[in-house]
Amino acid sequence: MTLDVERIRKDFPVLERRVHDDQPLVYLDSAATSQKPRAVLDAMAEYYELHNANVHRGIHTLAEEATALYEGARDTVAGFINATDRSEVVFTKNSTEGLNLLARTIGDSPSGGESGNEYGVGPGDEICITEMEHHSNIVPWQLLAQRTGATLKWIGLTDDGRLDLTNLDQVINDRTKVVAFVHQSNILGTLNPVEPIVRRAREVGALTILDASQTVPHRPVDLQSLDVDAAVFTGHKMLGPTGIGVLWARREVLDALPPFLGGGEMISVVQMEGSTFAEPPHKFEAGTPMIAEAVGLAAAVDYLQALGMSEVAEHEAALTSYALDALHTVDGLRVIGPDTTEQRGGAISFVLGDLHPHDVGQVLDERGIAVRVGQHCAAPVCRRMGVPATTRASFAPYTSFAEIDALVEGLQHVRRFFG
Amino acid sequence: MNLESMYQEIILDHYRHPQHKGLREPYEAEVHHVNPTCGDEVTLRVHLDGGTIADVSYDGQGCSISQASASVMAGLIIGKPVGEAQHLQEEFLALMQSQGKVEPDEDVLEDAVAFAGVSKYPARVKCALLAWMAWKDATAQALASAPSMEESS
Ligand SMILES: Cc1ncc(COP(=O)(O)O)c(C=O)c1O
Repeated sequence: MTLDVERIRKDFPVLERRVHDDQPLVYLDSAATSQKPRAVLDAMAEYYELHNANVHRGIHTLAEEATALYEGARDTVAGFINATDRSEVVFTKNSTEGLNLLARTIGDSPSGGESGNEYGVGPGDEICITEMEHHSNIVPWQLLAQRTGATLKWIGLTDDGRLDLTNLDQVINDRTKVVAFVHQSNILGTLNPVEPIVRRAREVGALTILDASQTVPHRPVDLQSLDVDAAVFTGHKMLGPTGIGVLWARREVLDALPPFLGGGEMISVVQMEGSTFAEPPHKFEAGTPMIAEAVGLAAAVDYLQALGMSEVAEHEAALTSYALDALHTVDGLRVIGPDTTEQRGGAISFVLGDLHPHDVGQVLDERGIAVRVGQHCAAPVCRRMGVPATTRASFAPYTSFAEIDALVEGLQHVRRFFG
Repeated sequence: MNLESMYQEIILDHYRHPQHKGLREPYEAEVHHVNPTCGDEVTLRVHLDGGTIADVSYDGQGCSISQASASVMAGLIIGKPVGEAQHLQEEFLALMQSQGKVEPDEDVLEDAVAFAGVSKYPARVKCALLAWMAWKDATAQALASAPSMEESS
């Protein structure tokens, strides 16, 4: 079944907005953050109006309701990504926090020695990432390498913006302890093959971490069958609120890693001499969590599941195919990243002649068209592809074909404007 | 607000035909400034002669606003006494921080008044200021390496 986009759009209040002299909003920036359906907004308002209390403490009615909603959200998310167990789902602030949690706690668990565990890193060890990572999957590993004396290695890119796996066996080798890579690039749109990377990482016993920020919102993602050790994604890109994300990791990984932040909620027994820690996931959720945001995220997952993730993926694949064809009709436009529909998602970066994306975005905005311009928190990609920045159009279940037509007309106008 | 208030003809002219562009010798200081969110960058050199800005040369890439601003700035300050150029920089900074509420003084800022419209677009103010900030930095470095010049300005 295909999505009824006109009906879906009615669920998103902001899509009725008009900007600059009554232009209808054409929102093509969902890879930066998605819009929120009424169901999410209502779920959060209802939580505050009827059930607001702190979780996991107190025996009064509201506290029990709030706890049930918060833990229920964990079940909803666990089901959505096919986690083996609900205890594998840790709520974080966003993807960035999930990645930092991993990099920090891996650094706090020295390899070898008495207190060591198999995930620690030290001098002589290697951490492998790729050249198409979002800065949030680069900087924490650079910091970890600096802190521990480990070395950072990079999987490079091909000219058409795919991972260059020809030397995979050298880049991932016996010294490699961690392999962290993006499932779908937020700037290039490239969908990366998980299987060969995980297979090689398994051969050398490295921990695998998947940044699924740009896939979980747009296609079915089954983390068990992808066979990675850990993954992160972020609520606000999947129709949910800001302020909540998910770190999923296999239970034995969460058991082995030391705690991240200390405080309430994450402890078992606190004595003046020291404390013992709660079991995962609570071990990694210090302090009062983002309860309303978890409720909102669960509503977003319910909304996506009601649409059907296969249907969402199909709709966005059709949009992508249509958009690639339409964009090619614009004089001087060059797609940065895969120029075909093969193994790519609905985030398309391009440059228009030698016009700077800032100027492109500004003129489009005047027509109500919201795109992202700049380096998209992926500066190494721009350097590798030889462009200072790009303009990016990105899609979501509520994106219509008419919006792509508006973009293409807008780009023709940009060309005329700068003559 | 409309687009033409930002993209004044003067700005588009400087963008299409940048003045004083290209890195030149001699110079006392060179800096490289970037705008990390959008990838605008400029490399800029300052050559002082006594208390005068003898040359400002630059190279870079970026949007029309950042490129035109570098071109207009170079035209304005080359040949001026350091103190006067510093005053112009402060005037331009004040204009860019005015959110469109200040009527710029054309006698002082000349072509740079064209950027008044940009001050209404917070996301673009950084672009207009990039070259000016690079110049300020380079000039401070040049003065520090030749402290005697400061007195004569
Ligand atoms: C691929 C990818 N990873 C990580 C992130 C970081 O997400 P957040 O800023 O919500 O932590 C983003 C969002 O821009 C992204 O696109």
